Parts: sequence; C-alpha cells; structure tokens
Amino acid sequence: MLTEFGKIFIFILLAVVFVPLIVYVAKFIRPARPTKEKLKIYECGENPEGSPWIKFNIRFYVIALIFLIFDVEVVLLFPWALTYQDFGFYGFMVGIIFLLILGLGMAYEWRKGDLEWERPKPIPPILDDEPPAENEELKEESLTI
Amino acid sequence: MYELLYDIFGSEIIAMIIAACMPLFLFILPFALIAVLLERKVSAHMQDRLGPMRVGYHGILQTIADILKLIQKEDIVADTTDKKLFNMAPVLVFAGSYAVFAAIPFSGAFIGSAADVGIFFIIAVSSIVVAGILMAGWASNNKYSLLGAMRSAAQIISYEIPTALVVLSIVMLTGTLSLNTMSIQQTAYFWNWNLFGGAADGFVQLLLLPFTVVAFVIFYISSLAEVNRTPFDIPEAESELVAGYHTEYSGMKFAMFFLAEYANMFAVSAIAVAIFLGGYQSPLGYLGNTIGVEWLIPYEQLFWFTVKGVGLVLVQIWLRWTLPRLRVDQLMTVCWKYLIPYAFVNLIIIGLISLI
Repeated sequence: MLTEFGKIFIFILLAVVFVPLIVYVAKFIRPARPTKEKLKIYECGENPEGSPWIKFNIRFYVIALIFLIFDVEVVLLFPWALTYQDFGFYGFMVGIIFLLILGLGMAYEWRKGDLEWERPKPIPPILDDEPPAENEELKEESLTI
Repeated sequence: MYELLYDIFGSEIIAMIIAACMPLFLFILPFALIAVLLERKVSAHMQDRLGPMRVGYHGILQTIADILKLIQKEDIVADTTDKKLFNMAPVLVFAGSYAVFAAIPFSGAFIGSAADVGIFFIIAVSSIVVAGILMAGWASNNKYSLLGAMRSAAQIISYEIPTALVVLSIVMLTGTLSLNTMSIQQTAYFWNWNLFGGAADGFVQLLLLPFTVVAFVIFYISSLAEVNRTPFDIPEAESELVAGYHTEYSGMKFAMFFLAEYANMFAVSAIAVAIFLGGYQSPLGYLGNTIGVEWLIPYEQLFWFTVKGVGLVLVQIWLRWTLPRLRVDQLMTVCWKYLIPYAFVNLIIIGLISLI
C-alpha cells in the first residue's frame, strides 16, 4: 500500500532522476571541444584574480541566525494554530504569550541594530587648508583680461 | 487521477510514477514554453517594442528554437570548480521546486498527494532550493556566483518568515493544513474566498476582510522575493552580477535552472491561488452542475486553477517591467522592519477574530 508520503517520495525521486537524465541525453547531441580559455572561470574576460573562497561578510551569518530562531518558532506554532480554537480564549493566550516573548526578542535585535543592513557611507574629504592665494590672483587676472 | 491510473495499470508504483510525471509534462514544461515567450512579448509591448518576431507567426516558436539551441550547447565545466557540487546543484534546485507540486491541488481529481500536512510540507521542502543555490554559487569558484548565491540565500530565508506567518494566520482561520480542504472550504461564489474573509458568516467575514487582504498582499510580496523576481531580483542583478549564481552554468544545466525558476513562478502563484483565491473552485458556479454533466466539473476546476495561476504570473511579469530593483539594505528593511511586524500583528488579530 502506497501512503500519501510514499507518493511525495515518488515525486521527489522523479525530480532527482529527471535532471541527470536530461543532461545525459543531451550529451549525445552537444559538442565537447574544451580549450584552455573555455575552462577558465568567467571574470569579464580577464584572467581570474585570486580565489572567491575567502572569509565572507558576517552580516549574512547574522541574518541566518535570526532566521533560524523565527523559523523554529513558526514550526512550533503550526500545531498550535490547528488546535487553539478547541481551547477557546485560554488556548489563544498560550500562543500569544509565546509570540510576545518572541516579539520582545525581535525588539531587542532591532534596537541592537542587527536588523540594519549597513551601507557604505562615503566620507567626503575634509579640506582644512585654505585654497592657495595664487589662485585668487589668477582669477582676478583672468577677470581683468 | 491516481485512482483512474491504478485501475488501468493495476500497479500502485506505475500508476504513481505516471501521476507524478503529469505536473511536469502537462503543466511545467508547457507553462515554461508559454511563459518565457509571454514574458518577452509582454515586456516588449510594455516598452513599445515588438519582441521576438522572426520564428513563426509573431515569434510564437521562439521558445522552441531557444530550447533546440540550448540542447546543442557545449556543457562547460571550468577547471577550478568543485565538480561534484557543481553537478549536484541543479538537481537540488529542480527537486526542491518540483516537490512543491506534489501537494498542490490542480483540481478536485488531480492532486499528487493528499497528505494532510499540505502547506507545511511545501514550506519545508521549498527550503531545499536554498541549499542548491548556495551549492551552485560556492562550487562555481566565481566571485559573481558566490555573491549572487549569498544574496539569494539571505533573501529567500528572510522572506520565508513573513510567508510562513501569513500562512499560519490562514491556517488559524481555516483550521486545516491541507490545500485541498482549504479549496473545498472556499467553494461556491468568489466572496467565500479567503481573500475576502473566508467562508465565515456575514459579520465575522466583514471583520476579517481587511486583515485577509493585508495577508494576501504580504504573501504576494514575499512570494515575489522568494522566487527572485523583480523588484527583488538583486541575486541576478544583470548590471552588477552578470547572471548571479548560475553565471558558470551552460547548456542543459543552465536550462534546468531556468526551468526551475519558471516552475517556482507558477508554484508560488498556485499556492497563493489555493490559499487565498479559492483554489480550483469556480468563482461563478459550475457549468457541469447547471447542465447536469458530472464529469465536466474536474476539467472546469483545472481550467479555473490554470486561469487564476497564470493570471498571477502575468501580474509578476507586469511588476517586473514596472518597478525598479531594490538595493540590498532596502530589501532587508522591507522584510524585517515592515513585513514581519505587520504579519505578526495580522496573525494575532485574525486569530482573535476567528475565535468568535
């Protein structure tokens, strides 16, 4: 007997088989003439400079952490959302208290600035010197002419 | 559909394999064929151009020509890539977006799997796409790919939260996770749709109406972001990142990414239809009931589902050629500071009202 999840498994299996199959079938049609230039990484036609496998921006990591908290919370709330009506107002409040604690956590993150996506702020160069006096003279000269 | 196939073939496995092939060959491939052309034609006409005109009448065979071209393209795998991950990535991306179709009710008689967890399964399985995208970006050993993949992953996981919260509020309203049951609840005329407050009695429905509309808007915005469509297409911002995470892919592997993208476009529209727009139910009553032809009803349902789904896809295309692209920081602000708080408050209010 095939259960409903067995059907889902067949769906996933089909998708997993489909892609390699198509790529394999296309192998008989497509050409394969690799050259040294073709096998280089695309970098706007230049030779690739350095490796991209480096330490990456920490902001993505913070976003992933916050996401994890919220996602786990949503997973916990789904069973509650299905049954809370059976318990009336009491059941509703149980979920709301849980949500409020999470809201508090989010307010903390917000206040702490973890939700800010920093932008590069261009700093204009500070000119503390007066422009040289010669320029003034030149200007005046040019004006007189 | 599965029962019918089971009667014909007498084997559960064969019947299910054929039933599982159906969304792919009856829906996604024809849809991708039409949608690619539609996108180009619609964009062209919106910008006062003509679009593809040479292949067939007004370019209707353009996509087929494109596919023929893609099949003949060389499959270039650069020397310095991580080959295992590089080849696995399209499989994961496609599997993630195709598995979603298992739980979508196309019509009363055409559902891949009637598992009760429906929408919960969809939220869970669509996260595989993120893993695939990260793999593609990392394995490519290309700076553009890595940046695109990171942006894409950050965007998809961020916007998954408002989506899940909105879905949660509709689950509270309807009391079911199964998309099929949700569609059945929204039967009869279009004012029973969840978009207009669901099938509650008059007064409660009127109370719910503004909040369900807000829920739909939040869902639609975040679903746009989840499939990397404009105005949220920074992962593939052509002007800065060449092609995002699939820069290094060519030939059929690239085509698979492309197919997965269009499958996703239809999948999010189909979910929005099933949750908010009455699923496969006709907004005006069934012709089959009126003239007394029972077997017509499933086909009518399929028709309405397709019409609604393609309608939402057209809105996606329309938005793409109307709105400019957001910046990364704006994108994150929209999600974390606007959509999630709104979705939270919306969830609490809908929960309170549906207690009445």
